[in-house]
Amino acid sequence: MDSDIRLLSDLAPGQQAVISAVHADEALHQRLVALGFRIGRNVLLMRRGRWAGPLQVRLGATDVMLRRAEAGLITVRAA
Amino acid sequence: MKRIALLGMPNTGKSTLFNRLTGSSARVANWAGVTVDLASAKILLGGHMAEMVDLPGIYDLHGFSDDEKVVRHFLEAHAIDVLAVVVNATQIERQLPLVLQARSLGLPLVLLLNMADAAKRHGMQVDTARLAARLGLPVVMISAKYGTGQAEALRVLAHSLDAALEIGPARHAALKSVLSDDVRIERETAEMMAEAVTQPLLLPEQVSDRIDRLALHPWLGLPLFFVAMLVMFQAVFWLGAPLQQGLTGLFDQLRQSALEPLAAVLPDFVRGLLLDGVYAGFVTVAAFVPLIVLFFLFMALVEDSGYLARAAFLTDALMGKLGLDGRSFVMVLMGFGCNVPAVMGTRMMRERPLRLLSMLVIPLSLCSARLQVFLFIVSAIFRPAQAPWVIFGFYVASFATMILTALLFRGRFRNTEPFVVELPPWRVPTLRQVWMRGWLEVRHFLSRATRFIVLGVIAIWLLTNLPAGATPGSVATLAGQLGTLFAPILAPIGIDEKLTVALLFGFVAKEVMIGAFAVIYGLSGDALAHEFARNMNWVQAVSFMLFTLIYTPCMSTIATIKIESRSAAFAALSVLWPLALAWFTSFVFYQGMRLFIGG
Repeated sequence: MDSDIRLLSDLAPGQQAVISAVHADEALHQRLVALGFRIGRNVLLMRRGRWAGPLQVRLGATDVMLRRAEAGLITVRAA
Repeated sequence: MKRIALLGMPNTGKSTLFNRLTGSSARVANWAGVTVDLASAKILLGGHMAEMVDLPGIYDLHGFSDDEKVVRHFLEAHAIDVLAVVVNATQIERQLPLVLQARSLGLPLVLLLNMADAAKRHGMQVDTARLAARLGLPVVMISAKYGTGQAEALRVLAHSLDAALEIGPARHAALKSVLSDDVRIERETAEMMAEAVTQPLLLPEQVSDRIDRLALHPWLGLPLFFVAMLVMFQAVFWLGAPLQQGLTGLFDQLRQSALEPLAAVLPDFVRGLLLDGVYAGFVTVAAFVPLIVLFFLFMALVEDSGYLARAAFLTDALMGKLGLDGRSFVMVLMGFGCNVPAVMGTRMMRERPLRLLSMLVIPLSLCSARLQVFLFIVSAIFRPAQAPWVIFGFYVASFATMILTALLFRGRFRNTEPFVVELPPWRVPTLRQVWMRGWLEVRHFLSRATRFIVLGVIAIWLLTNLPAGATPGSVATLAGQLGTLFAPILAPIGIDEKLTVALLFGFVAKEVMIGAFAVIYGLSGDALAHEFARNMNWVQAVSFMLFTLIYTPCMSTIATIKIESRSAAFAALSVLWPLALAWFTSFVFYQGMRLFIGG
């Protein structure tokens, strides 16, 4: 069970997962939640930017881009 | 099984509390009546299992955002035994209204005052007993972060669940009637939207994804974006140049056939001021309006389509290395229209160092006023086939100065701002939408331009014609004296006395500069362009344009930077650094080229 917990930043393009926790400070947490990063939601990694660029993820009908550092604050588990 | 729902505003630590109370047993599920998945978990409370549901954070139970509708639909469709309202104790004044709204639902309620630790640190004290008595419901101080008050919260929840047993299903009907008004409003809104409002055409997801596969392609994405920009500038040129020539001809005719005969009765000095000053200056600027209009229309098209957000995605890695982020790049692109709104746009960044670094970089972007100056000089000096490439070269130079500036200053303005931005779907902008946006920008440009230009050209005419008796434009005039004063600094970069005066006024607003040329040379239209080409070679022209591109933000931009940064010292830096960079760049170019081609 624990083995399939990992970071959003570790997903490969086309891979889907479920958000299990968000470890951000208050301000960033609020922003993430406003964009749809809620625990239990499905998240699909669309693509990873070149040269360690941002990630494009899909939450429902919303697409969000975020840097790998921020994606590293979000833990996910297998869908 | 009994059911407890967690309700609260965003950023109250509700989800942290949910995680803490339920451990890692949370499961996501579809709930009837709501469109999104909600997290829920089973927990043991006072001897029986209960289900806990984490509702989306909302500000208003009767509001109409998507999340607010979800909460309402959930409460309508599912029986709740206890509603636990989580409130951020440090913002209790702002959040209590939600508790009172929830109380009117008639459900058994528990109030959990979270962030007790932070409230205590802020010196806040909450008399929970008095608050509980006043609200008529149990109140518990907790800290979801540290787990304090957790046992007490669980005990109160268990107690409320037991008490909830006695309340029958009639309550659910009462709740529905409380919410029925909102449901009616929702339905009516939806009906009216469907009947009367046409929203911008969103491309279907598959099409949008297919475009993204190309536009955000790992290798092709960035080159494609720059090609698109190049095509856009070519189109502006191609469509705008004939319009500009037509307009210039029209203004010349008006002057010869109507204004000159009319002004013949006026004294020489007044006639000169009106015709060679105000009129010549104004029409030289006005002739560029079609190009500026086209430029803004195309920018609006790019922005409304969703391409700018893609540009942020494509450039973020690079911008990150410069201490900036993808949003700074978008602001720089906006700065190509006008620096002022771009500087104001940095408000969306939270960390001050990132804002300041962006504000230092943005004024180096080649705004439409500078574009107008370059278009004039380039078309006077270069062949039509070369002109677009020279202009494009200045955009490249503009980027180069920004990159250099960011590299030099990123250490001073170090930041850790998170980069989390929505990537909107591709849209097909309607003509009307593009026209409205473009027109707004053009109007802004025109009002700024006319304000400075009329005053500017009058001042320049006076400088180049006073003291009385001096040959206009000669070294004996005030302008000539100013030029001589600055000659030791500007001669080494190939800028003569006449252009020096134009530069001085360009500091006020770059739009004034070509109006200034017209006044300084006492010519307009084609005659001015010929005189210009006779007076300087291409190396001098490029050196002058490089200096104009970089040397200082215009006064409006400086004022905006001062207001946005709330620092006179920073505003001073935003003037002095580009001035130094401009001189150095022009010096290296001018002297280098002279050595190279032996000029």
